Amino acid sequence: MFEKEKIDEIMKGRERWEKTTLPKWMEQRSERKSEFRNHSDMLTKRICTPEDIKDLEYMRDLGFPGEYPFTRGVHATMFRGRLWTMRLFSGYGAAEQTNQRFKYLLKEGETGLSIAFDYPTITGYDSDHPFARGEVGICGVAVASLKDMETLLDGIPLDKVTTSMTINGPAAMLLAMYVAVGDKQGVPREKLGGTTQNDMLKEYFAQKLCIFPPKPSLKLVTDIIEYCTRHLPKWNPISISGYHIREAGSNAVQELAFTLYDGIAYVESALERGLKVDDFAPRLSFFFASHNNFFEEIAKFRAARRLWAKIMKERFHAKNPRSMWMRMHVQTSGCTLTAQQPLNNIIRVTIQALATVLGGTQSLHTNSFDEALALPSEQAVRVALRTQQIIAHESGAADTIDPLAGSYYVEALTKEMEELAMEYIQKVDDMGGAIEAIEKGFFQKEIADSSYKYQRETDEKKRIIVGVNDYKTREETYPIPILRVDPKVEEEQVTRLQKLKRERDNRKVKEVLEKLHYTAEKDENLMPIIIDAVKAYTTLGEICGVLREIYGEYKELIII
Amino acid sequence: MQSERKIRVLIAKPGLDSHDRGAKVVARALRDAGMEVIYTGLRQTPEQIVETALQEDVNVIGLSILSGAHKALFPRIMALLKKKGLTDMMVFAGGIIPEEDIPEIKKLGIKEIFGPGTRTKTIIRFVFENVPKRT
Repeated sequence: MFEKEKIDEIMKGRERWEKTTLPKWMEQRSERKSEFRNHSDMLTKRICTPEDIKDLEYMRDLGFPGEYPFTRGVHATMFRGRLWTMRLFSGYGAAEQTNQRFKYLLKEGETGLSIAFDYPTITGYDSDHPFARGEVGICGVAVASLKDMETLLDGIPLDKVTTSMTINGPAAMLLAMYVAVGDKQGVPREKLGGTTQNDMLKEYFAQKLCIFPPKPSLKLVTDIIEYCTRHLPKWNPISISGYHIREAGSNAVQELAFTLYDGIAYVESALERGLKVDDFAPRLSFFFASHNNFFEEIAKFRAARRLWAKIMKERFHAKNPRSMWMRMHVQTSGCTLTAQQPLNNIIRVTIQALATVLGGTQSLHTNSFDEALALPSEQAVRVALRTQQIIAHESGAADTIDPLAGSYYVEALTKEMEELAMEYIQKVDDMGGAIEAIEKGFFQKEIADSSYKYQRETDEKKRIIVGVNDYKTREETYPIPILRVDPKVEEEQVTRLQKLKRERDNRKVKEVLEKLHYTAEKDENLMPIIIDAVKAYTTLGEICGVLREIYGEYKELIII
Repeated sequence: MQSERKIRVLIAKPGLDSHDRGAKVVARALRDAGMEVIYTGLRQTPEQIVETALQEDVNVIGLSILSGAHKALFPRIMALLKKKGLTDMMVFAGGIIPEEDIPEIKKLGIKEIFGPGTRTKTIIRFVFENVPKRT
């Protein structure tokens, strides 16, 4: 982008500055640290100049929004056309309570739903299973059967609202329930819009909510991709997630690289199934975290889009530009929020959310300031939503596309992150792929090391966390209302579920479970039979039970 | 002559909660501080935790839970320890545990609760100072 003579001139200027002006200042005021590093341990330079981006070629590396390589955004108008979707992850108690929270959020201006399920649901156990004791409705909403899903979505028009479901192991069952509710509402399947997280690979090394071993899990993931490609054209069958990788302790580069690698594994699996890349790739979606280092995060989002576009074009020979676009949802980083001086979290969330908007996301969840204390209260959720609305309407950050493009620092950082991520991708390729890397504990070890390093730096005050290891307040007297889930929720949910099990047509349930067993053994796509099963009010635990018999259960590889 | 035995700690994850970042960091910090540390892995029932404690002959247990299920699970673990005669076990806990639940948890015999933002050094010091003396 720059003529060589100009770069030489700048270089000479910099060298002169480093010999004259800079040392004078350094004598009086040395720098705060001997070196500055970001979360990914990359050295942050004192100042960036055109020298740092002398190899940047505008049309090759940046281009225009809505066009390859999508560095500047996936849509031609970005937020000038439509703001990102403000989607707050919510769920607690029984289906009825969460249904009320959804209606509240929609009334307050939320534009899409996002369901948090409780631990028994996520791990494929019914609410009345012994493992579920004390966990029902605590960390999310309990959904054990279609009955619960009907209550959860009561009065919500599925042709108008899109829904994201954070569900992985039992993604097929919850998607089947959603489809069944849509059928009951009379919504044509081609109009159902939403996302199932359905990213099992990261479960083995990041979120760690696994039911089956990696190979059958990958089969189920691919079943959903195949089914959606053929029958649910507006559904995102998968949300390839870096969020949990980051929250488990990775740095930004690892988050970027491991997420993209999981993406590569899913594309390969779908191709092996016989799908054509341009038939399914446009609906693959991604999910990242937004941590505290403002520019590092912005660069990560931009690098992610460019790298994915190249992978799809060069590695998988996609032809349709939409196969190369990376659409992403972002959540501000829960692990950066502190229990100490919790109101400070509003500021952290604001910085992280602003980085996300400047990074060009399609959808955003902002965390509530009471995140480190409990599930969000209504007040805290409202502030989180308002944070997005303030950025959208008051800051001006959404009014021009990719406003930080061309910044010497941001462009140099974007390029460096892309290169570092590519090194990891090469390494995993050499190991034989994602499943092999999981089985060797490679991702697990990388994450555990980064997480321990971060903690040590915090302990040693190399990293200042305001209110935690510095700027502490002696007496903390912020009165924060804490959301509590009534223990009666569990009791009532168990009673309701047992009543359902008595009153449904149990002959039909038995038949459909036998058919499920048979279909799973034959290795066919399980989505159609799972839809039949949920429609007969077969429970989540019963369906997962049959599959556990066939596939076995995953045993955790313990790495500390 | 009896040589000083190393402190043996079991770091355990009760319930279905899968947030293991804190548990792993604490396990590693205690190990680096010279203790013998056994980490259970995820999704342990109270029975499994107590059984492991017995098998591994530990004198300290650290429980980590971030899901909110501590109210149901901690009392069961403590009751089982008592039943098995492991009354001199030192038990501490950490995770997302609301302030107002702490008195009740301490009444169960859990010696200390460490919330988010705790320095690993604080936990190490606490374990050294409170480990039951073996005879």
